Amino acid sequence: MQLSENHADDAPSPEPKAYRLRLYVAGKTPKSILALANLKQICEEHLLGRYEIEIIDLLENPQLAQGDQILALPTLVRRLPEPIKKIIGDLSNKERVLVGLDLQERR
Amino acid sequence: MQKQTELAVAANRTRDLPKSQTGIRGLDEITLGGLPMGRPTLVCGGPGSGKTLLGLTFLVNGVLQFGEHGVLMTFEENAEEVASDVASLGFDLPDLIRTQQLAVDYVRVERSEIEETGEYDLEGLFVRLDYAIRSVGAKRVVLDTIESLFAGLKDDGVLRAELRRLFRWLKDKGVTTVITGERGEGQLTKQGLEEYVSDAVILLDHRVHDQVSTRRLRVVKYRGSYHGTNEYPFLIDATGISVLPVSSMALAHEAPLDRISAGIPRLDGMFGGKGFYRGSTVLVSGGAGTGKTSLAAHFLDASCRRGERCLCFLFEESPQQLLRNMRSIGIDLEPWVEKGLLRFHADRPSRYGLETHLSTMHQLVADFKPAVTVLDPVTNLMTVGTFADVQAMLTRMIDHLKTENITAVLTSLTPGQTEVERTETSISSLMDTWIVLANDDLGGHHRRGLYVLKSRGMAHSNELREFVLTDHGFDIAANGAAHATAPGVGHATAGGRDRHAAL
Repeated sequence: MQLSENHADDAPSPEPKAYRLRLYVAGKTPKSILALANLKQICEEHLLGRYEIEIIDLLENPQLAQGDQILALPTLVRRLPEPIKKIIGDLSNKERVLVGLDLQERR
Repeated sequence: MQKQTELAVAANRTRDLPKSQTGIRGLDEITLGGLPMGRPTLVCGGPGSGKTLLGLTFLVNGVLQFGEHGVLMTFEENAEEVASDVASLGFDLPDLIRTQQLAVDYVRVERSEIEETGEYDLEGLFVRLDYAIRSVGAKRVVLDTIESLFAGLKDDGVLRAELRRLFRWLKDKGVTTVITGERGEGQLTKQGLEEYVSDAVILLDHRVHDQVSTRRLRVVKYRGSYHGTNEYPFLIDATGISVLPVSSMALAHEAPLDRISAGIPRLDGMFGGKGFYRGSTVLVSGGAGTGKTSLAAHFLDASCRRGERCLCFLFEESPQQLLRNMRSIGIDLEPWVEKGLLRFHADRPSRYGLETHLSTMHQLVADFKPAVTVLDPVTNLMTVGTFADVQAMLTRMIDHLKTENITAVLTSLTPGQTEVERTETSISSLMDTWIVLANDDLGGHHRRGLYVLKSRGMAHSNELREFVLTDHGFDIAANGAAHATAPGVGHATAGGRDRHAAL
């Protein structure tokens, strides 16, 4: 399962997908399902039309864990825009996710 | 003695517990076979105590000596750094990685780069470790130093729960694991990892005393197995780690009946005409200039003539000085050096700590495999350590030589003529044979005498015999002559003799 979910196809503007996000999980655990749901919601609210989510299941592709220095799961990696950011956990603390993605100032 | 026997019994009893040999000299002896197979072992110690090296040696030896592949998960240095650290020891990590006998995964966690946004676990770590283990078919794993995770992640609770799960998981996998941990205040490791790893705990210590560094190793815990409980000195040198002594676990030295010549016929005569027992330890003590080194040189010469390899440790003179001096009394040792039968190792005692001397000696003995060794003079080692330390070191050295059935002659400098040095009395119990040399200037004549103070397990002469050092070496006076010609010598050493009588 290394699918790309592209939610920006129907967006009106041809704006480049500035946010490339990769969500690492290990199988469909409650935490990973929750993380994906949280992520989709946040993206729809704040990055509509400007993001791309790639989900990597490490149970299927364990060799990919080393490259992004994945340790905790779930981990969301913001690959673009640079610099690379890492956000760990089920993404239920929305404010922190936004801070992690640089969409909101750290308070 | 009691303890040794108990350990021997214990060794039999714990033979059933499967162990994974480390291949580290000494460590496998102390642990009666190695680390608990398929279980985690915690190796803790301060910075620079050799934790990482111990772990790496365990891995590399696993591959090279025991055909077990390994995984190194490093949390502090990347693969290149680790490889260059141990390259000087002859460990070619890149090659082992290329040939898929070793996998290295560098786990880097930087707290400032991570935002924590809810519940998480460390499944990613498990995935990586599992992948690495499967990729090389590993039987051995080293985690160095997993406590670094505490600096990288905020949630201690999750971390602790996950580490507990990890160690359980490793056990279920059946891999033999070494987990290194930084020494903490009041506990073995900073994060109290010893709570989670209960199978075996090894503590490394690195002390600097009087500018001499000493490394020690102690097996704090070993579930289900007996083990040596002492602190053992260990050394990190150009060949890697070794723990000493190798032989301390068994006092079951062979006691050969084979006798070898001391190299001086009349001296042999004082031992029933046959000389020393092979594998015995001979102390030659006396004041300055009494001929201790010359006596040892006769022994070296005779041993080389028999075609036996001799290793001579010099703590005072250089080999060149000794060769020259001995030539002056007609003993030419140079041909034996050229033939490769005789090897010298000269070291200033103050150059290193005692442990280093001991380890160097072990190393040289292991490399050269001599039949005979000479230590000249052991008293010079007194300048390096405390009295008790020197005694302990010599005990270990002699113990080792006996185990290897190596005959040893130790010379000892006695400052005064009547005073028995503490060194001598303290190590005399280790000696099988003790020859005392003495000078006497009474009556304007410089006279030399020698007698055998003790010699275990054989009939020996109790007489004081006069001798001269000629251009062909020792010339001991014929039987009984000493009483007539050297009363002064007898008088001078009589006090010492009485005191020795109790030994």
